[in-house]
Amino acid sequence: MSAYRRLTINEVGDVTVVHFRDSRITEDLSIQELAQELFHLLDVDKRKKLVLNFAAVDFLSSSALGKLITLEKKVKGHNGQMKLCSIRPQIYEVFVITRLNRLFDIRKDEADALAAFQAAAQQ
Amino acid sequence: MTDQPRLWQCERVIPSQSGAGRRVQQEILDQLLRQRWGPRDIFCIHLALEEAVANAIKHGNRHDPAKCVHIRCLLWPDRVRIEIADEGAGFRLSDVPDPTRPDRIESPTGRGIMLMRSFMSRIEFNDLGNRVVMEKERSEASEPSLGQEAVQGN
Repeated sequence: MSAYRRLTINEVGDVTVVHFRDSRITEDLSIQELAQELFHLLDVDKRKKLVLNFAAVDFLSSSALGKLITLEKKVKGHNGQMKLCSIRPQIYEVFVITRLNRLFDIRKDEADALAAFQAAAQQ
Repeated sequence: MTDQPRLWQCERVIPSQSGAGRRVQQEILDQLLRQRWGPRDIFCIHLALEEAVANAIKHGNRHDPAKCVHIRCLLWPDRVRIEIADEGAGFRLSDVPDPTRPDRIESPTGRGIMLMRSFMSRIEFNDLGNRVVMEKERSEASEPSLGQEAVQGN
């Protein structure tokens, strides 16, 4: 994909850090585009280590959670790893209520997520 | 719950298209902001509203362009009530599995009603299952301001 419209992509070593351009991730066409871009990172660009940074996200719906679950399964299917970070407290509460905080590897911030990748690589 | 005068209400009908509810959702959120509801309460209401409208469009009306979603909102100083009705056949609440069950946790769908229940003070479906009434009581951290004006509803 020559240009990502919903995501900002940065590489930190062999880790791909993804920032969301939309502050609200909800049930409409934009979430379909967002999912396509996320899946493209895996399926086409073959990225295997992902950090999804939610710093700019102040609202997301359960359909967004569904896309993240699908992405998590794809990452594991590709023998990759994914970490989420910088999730605002109100959004994090949604993960806790739905117990998805146990499914995803959620880190406090980007530095923490990258450090965790580094620590795992050194083992 | 005090018997206070209603400040505002609206009734809207939207088509069964993803994103069709965005304008009326913003209208409701703007009224809450105008009445100085706190950010946490607004987040809770926003999320429940988003889930309920999405459910009505996707599951209730199955994106049928011939069917609409009816949204009604009533606002009092101490609470808000949102009623959402679709034109579908309805469903049985007991048929919706707990999305936190280990065998359901990786399902990409099925969390909307749970989130509605968690973030609103109360929700109630009609017997058919094609209409939900949700209420949120204003939290103590979100006190109404003195002398707030009643806003003309429509």
